[in-house]
Order: sequence, then structure tokens, then C-alpha cells
Amino acid sequence: MNSHVTWRAASATTEEADVIRLADVHRRFGETAALDGVTLNVRRGEILGIIGRSGAGKSTLIRCLNGLERPDSGSIEIEGREITGLGEADLQPLRRRIGMIFQHFNLLSAKTVEENVALPLKIEGWPKAKRLARAAELLELVGLTGKAKAYPSELSGGQKQRVGIARALAAKPALLLSDEATSALDPETTRSILALLKDINRKLGLTILLITHEMEVVRGIADRVTVLDAGRVVEEGPVWQVFSRPQAETTRSLLSSIRPQLPAHIAEKLTADVGGEAILGIDIAGPVATGPLFQGLSQEFPGGYRLIHGGVDHIQEQAVGRFFLAVPAEKTVGLVSYAERLGAQVEVLGHVADHA
Amino acid sequence: MSPIMLELLFRSLWETVVMTAASGIISLVFGLPLGLALVATARGGIAENLWVNRVLGAVINGFRSVPFIILLVALIPVTRLIVGTSIGTWAAIVPLSIAATPYYARIAEVSLREVDRGLIEAVRAMGGNRWTIVREVLVPEALPGIVAGFTVTLVTLIGASAMAGAIGAGGLGDLAIRYGYQRFETSVMVAVVAVLIVMVCGIQWIGDRWVARLDHRG
Repeated sequence: MNSHVTWRAASATTEEADVIRLADVHRRFGETAALDGVTLNVRRGEILGIIGRSGAGKSTLIRCLNGLERPDSGSIEIEGREITGLGEADLQPLRRRIGMIFQHFNLLSAKTVEENVALPLKIEGWPKAKRLARAAELLELVGLTGKAKAYPSELSGGQKQRVGIARALAAKPALLLSDEATSALDPETTRSILALLKDINRKLGLTILLITHEMEVVRGIADRVTVLDAGRVVEEGPVWQVFSRPQAETTRSLLSSIRPQLPAHIAEKLTADVGGEAILGIDIAGPVATGPLFQGLSQEFPGGYRLIHGGVDHIQEQAVGRFFLAVPAEKTVGLVSYAERLGAQVEVLGHVADHA
Repeated sequence: MSPIMLELLFRSLWETVVMTAASGIISLVFGLPLGLALVATARGGIAENLWVNRVLGAVINGFRSVPFIILLVALIPVTRLIVGTSIGTWAAIVPLSIAATPYYARIAEVSLREVDRGLIEAVRAMGGNRWTIVREVLVPEALPGIVAGFTVTLVTLIGASAMAGAIGAGGLGDLAIRYGYQRFETSVMVAVVAVLIVMVCGIQWIGDRWVARLDHRG
């Protein structure tokens, strides 16, 4: 990678640990509260994922951060500076410190790739030769060196988003906002774009805030996650913790597509009547997940359980496991207390009369 | 056709070209900013001002509602003020421009309004001001439509200039009425129509080629 593209120094001008600090931010549209008292912070150098269903207030939130939207009340600090009271003329220099990428890329169709990338620099008043040289550097960074003279319509979706990323980085921002940047891309392209973002985060120490409705995106690159529902923060924490022990209903539901679920045909047969076999849901995370849980279970309860479904996933280099076991009803209590002693979270989901 | 008629035909063609080109350029120079003003002041525009928007819209609609032949006569005092005379080719350029400017403003407005709002937001998010948005987004992105609309305006102006004979402006339309129609000179009528067809097709062809070159929207 080109050493010119490093700008840790530029970002470190303020020694604040938080790039963004939001306190009790409210924003209403008519009767609906898009943001209903949001408090959160984004630390320098981290990737924070904000996830929620459509209509949860994600877009309003991200647009408040660069002043495209104004909150009704509350405080928004960017690099230690309160921005809620700023006028349009004061917001413009601030926005140059914040790069943004979009779901539909928002590239200018009448400009070539390099002109698109150089546009933020043109706005800053760089001379043409300098800004095109910088655009070339950035196109190299995102792996599009040969496409400088192409028009966006000649590019694939993934390439367009790479141009979007190069453009967002052009003015050496302190913060990158990603507004559903992979939602219009296929899974393979999504992975490559996420890998590029992670790479940029590591190499440049760039703080990234991404909003998405896809848990895959958060799982792939975020360090921390904030779950938004109806304009409120319902859960937040390191990604692996939230994924292993989701507390809020919204989180569970958003996670349902990527966490193992009890197969539907078994779930149908579940009853509350004790007898037959008990179906257990077991969540393990961190050291427990790589520890001797199954070995211990096999020794303590030989032949006493069956694995129905589940597995171990690795998030942020932490093992996160979720399993469904069928256990003879009479052995349930012993097995549950044994597993809990080892640090697993166990839930008795119900019973099935016979072999499920 | 006699050499005299041929000379007359060429002189009329030149008058039509002058009237169309001059009023076309004037309507572009004034109509495009008017179209921009309409889009910018509309609800959700970059300089939202509904009051200004309504007044502008009403004035434009007013001019567009008046039949051109009436405008031609009604504007005689204005023409005299600007050109010094109310008769002749140059005098016709004033009412032609005043009729074509609001027409072109509406056409430009449609193209400008169709520019993806996401692009405006992207440039705002990079710290661009309104002028940047106009210069880097609205005009370049709408340019294919702006050019195509200009082609349509020119062709409309050729048609409208036929009526300018009423104030002694000459031109092909005037020739066709006075010689081809009133004096039953069929050959003149046929020649004028043929020249007009070639002119209109030529303008349309050049316009289409230009639009195709400009359009990178894929």
C-alpha cells in the first residue's frame, strides 16, 4: 500500500477517545419519533455497526451526524465539537472531515471515475494536477487502477462502491459513514467490500460507523454493535457478546437468520408437558465454547443426550456456539446445572413425547 | 423556379436561421437559469422558497398561455424599446425569445428535477455548497435532457418564426404564405416545405448525436 495514504496523524489532531458523542438525541417527523433519545459514542479507530429494521431510525441517525438532518433536541459532538447549533456554512467544512458511502453509490454519471474521486478535493480547492494524483492513489488503494477514465455506468456494483469508498476517503476524513453500503450488492461482492473497509480501518486507523439491516455485515467487520429499534438504542456491546447473548427481542429477531434455530418440525411438536425428551437450547461464548463442555457432558451423561442442531461460529476471534440438545426428561435437571456450572447459558425450550 | 425566386428563397432561409438561432440562444441563456430557479426553489429544493417558486411559475405560465401571434403584436412597444423598431427580422427576435424562454425554462426544469436526489445529498455530504451542487451535479447530470430540450425548442422556434411575417420579419414561413399560398406558386410552397424538412431533420440529428455523446447514464 502507498504510504502517502496514511493519515493517522491528521486524525490524531484532537486527542479525544470518542470521535462521535451523541446524548439524548430526538428527532420527530410528524407523529413518528425517528430518534427517541439516542445516546451513543463512537471511539477513535473502531468500527461501530448500527443495526435495526427499516424505519428504526438508522438513516436519520447517520444523517444527523453530518448535519444533513437536524435533531429536535439533544447534543451531537464530532471530534469534541458540538454541531447541533451550526449553520450550513459552518457545517460544510465539518462535512469534509466526514466521508460517506451510500447504498446506491451516488456516483455522478457525467463524471469519470477519477473526476468522481477527485470531487471532494475540487470542493476543497485543490489544483487539478494534485487532486488527480490523489485520486490515482486512492484508486490504487481500492483496487481500481485501470478504471480512472471509465464512467460509472461501465462499472459493476462492487466497482461502483469501491469508487464511492475512494471518493469518501479523498479528503482524508476522520470518520467514514456507511449508509447500507452493501445492501444493493450480492453476497460475494458484499464480502469483498467489507474486507476492503476492514482493511482501510486497520491500515489507516479510520473510524467507521456503518448502518445496516444485515447482521452478516455487523458480524463480518464491526467491533461493537448498537441495536436500534423505534428510535431507541435497545442493546449495545462488543459484537461477539451481543451475538452470543442477545438480550433484546429485536436483536434476537435480527439474529435469527444467522444463528442456528430449532428446526421447525421439532419446534411444532414442543409441549409444556414434562415427559419424553426435553429440548434444550445452549449458548456458549468465549473460553467455554472452546473448553471441555462436550467432553464433560459425554463423561457425566453417557448416552444421555443427542445433538439436534447447532454449531460454533467465530466472531472477532471469539468462539460463539449455539446448540439444541435432546435429553431424556429425567436427566434434564442434572445436565442443565452441569452445563451452567461450565458457564453455558441453558434454556429448556419444552418437551417432545417421543424421539424428535 | 426563377433565379429571383431562388434568391428570395435563400434570403428567407437566412432570415429564418437568424431568427431561430438568436432567439434560441437567448432562450437558453435566460431559460436555463429560470429552470434552475424553479427546481431550486421548489419544495425540498436546494434553495426552497415556495413563495418565489409560485410567483415564477405563475409568470411563466402566463407567458406560455398567450398565443404567439397575440404576443407578437402585444409586445410591439417592448420590441420598439429594445430594438428601436417593431418591424423586421431583428424585431421578431424579441417576441420569439420572450415566448421561447418560459417554454425552454419548463423543459429544462423537467430535466433538472429528474436528477437523482441522492447525488445532491452525496455532494452536500462532501461539504459542497449550493453553487457546487448546481455546477457539479444539477447541470452536468441533466445536460443530456437540457440539450435534447434545446433541440425541441429550436424546432418549435422555426415553426413560430413563420408567424413573424405578420410584423414584416420575413423568413421561410412568410415566403410560403405570400408566394406559395396567396399567389398559388406551388413550386415555392414545395421548395419551402422541403427546406424546412431538411432544417428540422438536421437540427434533430445534430441534437440527438450530441445527446448520445453526453449521456453516460448507462
